[in-house]
Amino acid sequence: MKTAIIEKVNFSKENDHTEIHQEHVHRDDMGAKIGMWLFLLTELLLFGGLFILYMAYRFQYSSSFILAARELNVGIGALNTIILLTSSLTMALAIVAIQKNKKILSMILISATIIFALLFMVNKYFEWSAKIGHGLYPNSPTLLDKEKGEIIFFGLYYTMTGLHGLHVIIGVTLLAVMLVSLKKNNTRSDKYVRLENAGLYWHLVDLIWIFLFPLFYLIH
Amino acid sequence: MENVQEIQQEHHSGYGAYVLIWLTLIGLTILTVSVAGFELGKLTLVVALGIAAIKSGLVINIFMHVKYDDKIFKFFIGVALMILMVAFVFTSLDVFFR
Repeated sequence: MKTAIIEKVNFSKENDHTEIHQEHVHRDDMGAKIGMWLFLLTELLLFGGLFILYMAYRFQYSSSFILAARELNVGIGALNTIILLTSSLTMALAIVAIQKNKKILSMILISATIIFALLFMVNKYFEWSAKIGHGLYPNSPTLLDKEKGEIIFFGLYYTMTGLHGLHVIIGVTLLAVMLVSLKKNNTRSDKYVRLENAGLYWHLVDLIWIFLFPLFYLIH
Repeated sequence: MENVQEIQQEHHSGYGAYVLIWLTLIGLTILTVSVAGFELGKLTLVVALGIAAIKSGLVINIFMHVKYDDKIFKFFIGVALMILMVAFVFTSLDVFFR
């Protein structure tokens, strides 16, 4: 069955394209994945640079870091960790579902991933507004009165969780696009590499949080 | 035809395997939060990073499917991690022994 479908698709594509490329029209799933991974590794180095900054300043101002970290709510941080891990699960399951040709189930699982991602952002919103309510935001008078180490801690906290939050928003956008792609059958059981790549991006967002959580919330 | 063969060779995990990994990840999260409550001194950071490393290993290998994918991806990740390590090591040499 799969053979028939693929051949038909390739055939109709060939007819639409110029004659020159007729024999070369094919899909390169492996190439698509390699491209995605190369991009993810540049993301790793982007966040890696920030983690190096964190390491250097934490060594220099370890007591201030411990003092400043007390302002963060471990409960919300842990809850957000569990939310992101669960969203990674629903993402992985969405790919299994499309492999088994269960389109509706796959769409439900992607929607669940999006809902978890939005929940994460809602928690983040409450967390940040509580901090800002306490006068703790970059360049605020309250913060500038504190020690240098604490100012740096909050600078890193806002930069790193902010950049991570931006990635969550991009991830949600990608997943929404995938939802439409599934609906239109552009992504289906024999053609799902885009969903896999969107999934890889989403797992990267989860991976970064796995390190952000203990480094900012769990220092005592 | 090549395409079809590739599809058949791919490893397809079931739903159950992923749920198990998820439970492990949740367990490790609970562990890292409870361990943070103990007075371990300098070990706290080592333990926290160790657990984070185990968790990311699970996410990369199982959720991101690297365990079953082509070896080229393991090579890519290895090279990127090495570059990152070099940056970490040389920065720490400067910071710690200044």
